Amino acid sequence: MTSPIGPALALSAVLFACGVAGVLLRRNILVVYMSIELMLNAANLAFVAFSRLHSALDGQLFVFFSLTVAAAEVAVGLGIVVAVYRKLQSVDVDRVNLLRN
Amino acid sequence: MELAWLLIALPLLASAVLGLRGRRMDETEIGTLACGAVAGSFLLALLLMLDVAVRHGAAVVVGGPTWVSVGALNLALSLQVDPLSLTMTLVVTGVGLVIHLFARGYMHGDPHYPRFFALLNLFVGMMLILVLASNLAFMFVGWEGVGFCSYMLIGYYTHKPSAHQAGKKAFIVNRIGDLGFMLGAFLVYRAFGTLEFTAISEQSPTVLAAGGAAAIAFFLFVGACGKSAQFPLYVWLPDAMEGPTPVSALIHAATMVTAGVYLVVRMGMVFALAPAVLNLVAVVGLLTAVLAALLALVQNDIKRVLAYSTISQLGYMFLAAGMGAYTAAIFHLVTHAFFKALLFLGSGSVIHAMEHAIHHAGRCDDPQDMRHMGGLRERMPTTHWTMLVGALAISGCPLLAGFWSKDEILFATSRHSYLLWLVGLGVALLTAFYMFRLILKTFYQEPKLGPAVHDQVVESSAVMTLPLRILGVLSILGGVLNLPGHWFGAGWLHHWLHPTLGPSLELLAGGREGNELLGMVISSIVALTGIGLACSCYAAGRGRGAALAARYPRVYGALVAKYWLDETYRRYLVEPGNELAETCAAVIDAGVVDGSVNLLGRWVLALGQDVRHYQPGLVRSYALWFVVGAVGVVGYLGLVGLGPWAAGLALVLLATLAGAVAWVVRPRNEG
Repeated sequence: MTSPIGPALALSAVLFACGVAGVLLRRNILVVYMSIELMLNAANLAFVAFSRLHSALDGQLFVFFSLTVAAAEVAVGLGIVVAVYRKLQSVDVDRVNLLRN
Repeated sequence: MELAWLLIALPLLASAVLGLRGRRMDETEIGTLACGAVAGSFLLALLLMLDVAVRHGAAVVVGGPTWVSVGALNLALSLQVDPLSLTMTLVVTGVGLVIHLFARGYMHGDPHYPRFFALLNLFVGMMLILVLASNLAFMFVGWEGVGFCSYMLIGYYTHKPSAHQAGKKAFIVNRIGDLGFMLGAFLVYRAFGTLEFTAISEQSPTVLAAGGAAAIAFFLFVGACGKSAQFPLYVWLPDAMEGPTPVSALIHAATMVTAGVYLVVRMGMVFALAPAVLNLVAVVGLLTAVLAALLALVQNDIKRVLAYSTISQLGYMFLAAGMGAYTAAIFHLVTHAFFKALLFLGSGSVIHAMEHAIHHAGRCDDPQDMRHMGGLRERMPTTHWTMLVGALAISGCPLLAGFWSKDEILFATSRHSYLLWLVGLGVALLTAFYMFRLILKTFYQEPKLGPAVHDQVVESSAVMTLPLRILGVLSILGGVLNLPGHWFGAGWLHHWLHPTLGPSLELLAGGREGNELLGMVISSIVALTGIGLACSCYAAGRGRGAALAARYPRVYGALVAKYWLDETYRRYLVEPGNELAETCAAVIDAGVVDGSVNLLGRWVLALGQDVRHYQPGLVRSYALWFVVGAVGVVGYLGLVGLGPWAAGLALVLLATLAGAVAWVVRPRNEG
């Protein structure tokens, strides 16, 4: 028995698009960070939806891994954010331009 | 027989030690090591000679490591011990030893004493490779090796720019000859499939029956012309006198310059099969002998007289080889090594004494110029007597070494052509004349620089006069090596070399019968006439030489200008070469090569200037590119299903769209 996959994929796409827009448009590094997480979870949602469609556990297994990796990534990412703030006294991504010139 | 390798190794090892450790050794140690190595080689050569004599002169090839082995080409570093190579070895080590002994005294106090002896020993080692090698390729190693040592030793006095020039000139002119040598060797390989001398000698009559000998012989003769300073390549040898006098004696008189003669005799079988080239050898040899003897008449530098004399005598040797008288060529080579080394060392002794005297008197005249000498007879008795012996020997004074060897050459010539014989006699006359001009100007005329210098001239030390005495004795007795006639002991060198040269000499047998005794009488008269003429022109108080020069200014001018040969080469070869090089440097190097590199650099720079706007350092603009790329990849994957044409079109549209977006949102330089 299969459930319709359309709505799940549509939601996933919308979430992903929101994430992309957030990354591109927001300047606050923490918001950018949250947008990245949004894209990640959109992908996770697609994984789960396909897992259901094919009645296979592989997709859900992948989600497990990606959640774990995302947790580790958060630790590193927030560490970078703290370092950036200490250096620049700001969380504006446009001010992270030390490599320019 | 493996001793032959040791014979070569001794001077090479000594050279290495002197080159690496010489600066920490004193002069006695250096001299002992250098002379000891050559003396060891000389003794080994004597041992080998006994061995070969026991074998009745059969050639022995001493194997060595393989040098190159590619396909059918097999080059071995092997040695050939036979009467011919041993004769050369004995000359190189024997005369070399005497000259080494002399050099210890002559170079005393020189700041680069170790370098001098390292190079001199290296030269001896290379020369031994040249004469003992069993094939043309290994011989070429020695051939180039002696050329290198010659170059280094001509330019030994590094503070003299003329010495650098002379060294370069010698090297470059020799390169022309070396090209001939290489072409000859290539042709030999193509014809025989091997470069071994024994194989070449044995197979020549069959392999070259259909022709091909002429080309090989011609190119090898070109090589010989370069190394042995024959017309038109002789111009380097007079300039080579810039080197120290022992070098002139060893390299540019006794050994290296005779390598060309050795090459012709060694390849005698091939030359015997190419009579036209053999005639060319004879004519070039005689022409060189005449031209050089004429030039020797007007030189004022004592060493340059001897240098032209060497060229002239080498011409004699080629005349002999060209007449098919290989034994006579080698005979004259040996006796010439004796008396020419003697004359050079004698001139070295004179120069040495003059240099000190001029220095003591606080003047700066040229110590080599004969116009500054005169009256040295009483001041330097040993040098005077030995040089007089050398001069008599080279002039062909009866019973001395040069008389017998020159007579043999002239006799062989007279059996083929009376014209060449007459010209050869003319050269003998000139030889006697210019040699006694040298002796008289140096030792007999009144002193030119006055008592201040003259009284300071002292005879050289025993280190230098002993070698002169040894060579003097050899110059007197050298003739016994190959006396004419049929009695016991006569023709020893001929019999000794017969196992090697016999087959080719049989091919060359011919010519009319001659009367050797009559020839001897005539050449004795000619030699004594030459000496007499020189005495009438240059004896003390006589100005006839200068008067002759004044009477024929054009002839004298042509001789002083050395036939303008150097100028001709400069005008038609060197200067066009320089111009070509300068043109290439300006047009091809600066224009094409540098230009294209610079153009490429400018392109890359401009490209960088254009694309740097897309990398502004803003993290969000990078993210945008990231998204554009991701959309592109996903879009492509989605569109692949539409078939290649539609997918391609869609991709182009998408790329255009992405480009448009990127253009619109491109970060601007707020700057």
